[in-house]
Amino acid sequence: MNLRKSKSIIGWVFILIATIFITLFYFYPMIQAFILSFKSGMGANLQFIGLDNYIRLFNDPVALIAIRNTFIYLIFQVPIMILLAMFFSVLLNNPKLKFKGFFRTAIFLPSVISLVAYSVIFKYLFSTDGLVNQFLLNLSFISEPIEWLMDPFWAKVLIIIAITWRWTGYNMIFYLAGLQNVDNSVYEAAKIDGANPIQQFFYITVPMLKPIILFTGITSTIGTLQLFDEPMNITKGGPGNETLTISQYIYNLSFEYTPDFGYAAAVSFIIVVLTVIFAVIQFRLGGERK
Amino acid sequence: MNKLKSIFTYGILSIAAIVSLFPFAWMLISMTNKSSDISQGRLLPGSNLLENLRNLFESYNVGSALFNSFFIAIVATVLCLVVSSLAGYGFEIYRSKGKDIVFNILLLSMMIPFAALMVPLFRLFGDVSQVFPAFGIDTLYAVILPYVSTAFFIFFFRQNTKMFTKDLIEAGRIDGLSEIGIFFRIYMPSMKNTFAAAGIISFMNNWNNFLWPLVILQSPDVQTIPLLISNLGSGYSPDFGIIYTAIVIGTIPTALIFFFLQKYFVEGMTGSVKG
Repeated sequence: MNLRKSKSIIGWVFILIATIFITLFYFYPMIQAFILSFKSGMGANLQFIGLDNYIRLFNDPVALIAIRNTFIYLIFQVPIMILLAMFFSVLLNNPKLKFKGFFRTAIFLPSVISLVAYSVIFKYLFSTDGLVNQFLLNLSFISEPIEWLMDPFWAKVLIIIAITWRWTGYNMIFYLAGLQNVDNSVYEAAKIDGANPIQQFFYITVPMLKPIILFTGITSTIGTLQLFDEPMNITKGGPGNETLTISQYIYNLSFEYTPDFGYAAAVSFIIVVLTVIFAVIQFRLGGERK
Repeated sequence: MNKLKSIFTYGILSIAAIVSLFPFAWMLISMTNKSSDISQGRLLPGSNLLENLRNLFESYNVGSALFNSFFIAIVATVLCLVVSSLAGYGFEIYRSKGKDIVFNILLLSMMIPFAALMVPLFRLFGDVSQVFPAFGIDTLYAVILPYVSTAFFIFFFRQNTKMFTKDLIEAGRIDGLSEIGIFFRIYMPSMKNTFAAAGIISFMNNWNNFLWPLVILQSPDVQTIPLLISNLGSGYSPDFGIIYTAIVIGTIPTALIFFFLQKYFVEGMTGSVKG
């Protein structure tokens, strides 16, 4: 009995440091952010203003633009990337495919480069006289250069292209791992029943990969909600605020403009609420499969 | 029919590979070219590599940025491995109702987006600066501390501890090892793969981290490589030769890790999903 008790205490010692650090650097700041969101003022000179920050939030055109932009990225980028990742993994899963290792490594390689580094590369590749425009002009796909960085529409397209380039291979790895668990005899049986490759994909592969689709979908969604490095380094949020994200707006409110920590904290709760909603969906659906 | 299918497969995969690899080829080629050639879109290697390197190292404090980035990534990774493996092990081996509740509460921290933390964390380190300036704003430790313990790695270690042979613990106890001795002498050596996988992920995350260092680091002598690259990229009259050289230098460490430790890399990624 005494021995068991001392074991239990030793167990608490093992988890002590981690618990203190997470409390100090995650939970405590989170509570501070919540309190801060009801205050206004500069530096240490903060006063309670009740719900004013939240009222301001819903009347702030820039905040609404940032929310809209973030949702545009989310709605277009996440499905495109997940379909591509799944598609490549199915092609790579073909047992007769040659150079499989090369293709897999090549498509995965963008995951190795830092977000800042690739953002800067993309910014220059897509500049008005950049290589991408030169290429498209030479092939006569376009008659005049696309203003990737200056046009509100094309700037968003560029951010979507960039994120898709960086993360498709990363997500593909999860699908490749998932496909290894799919028994080949299922496909053989389907072939005998006369299912074509497209039917096989939608009736066998997709249902089998459902847990992975869910996992990659939610993690990408949460990642996109926090998007910062790319718009910051590719477009600076411009033109106007047309590529600004919520994270970037919070950063600007706190460190670029006259600091307004209280309002910035209120804006950050949009991301908190959205993240919690998506995480709960993941836990709910993830729990279902057990 | 079958031939058509294989042309389609190889065609699609080749295009995907070219698109994926092109920016890497472009940065490597541009590293050897003059700025003016790069802006013309020159696709052949040039002879300006040494010049670019010299310009970069003479005009910017790359040496100190490299040191800072390595210091942050290595210290954060070592501390993170020790702290999270201790916790993951503790939660799994000394399982109890109370610890399970704590574990579930800690997991909730994964849902907290960094955007919500940056302002209060900045203020917290502002307070720290008053008492312990060595750990406050504008220090490398301030960059490291929030990443020493994260729910992701505790979860990762707990999941992997489930595969650890519990008999070894009993054997260790019979041999007279203390509980902490069992952890360091038996658990750690037998979980090398898990530590390698977690270490790689942690190193990459810390090496590439941008937003938190941007918030907390201000003076030039504590700059990290991503901050340096970001600064170079936002200049009004950029020297492309210098920029691409800096990008290549900043990418070499993570690329090397990837090529030499690919197996652990993928294990670390997919290992966090199962269970």
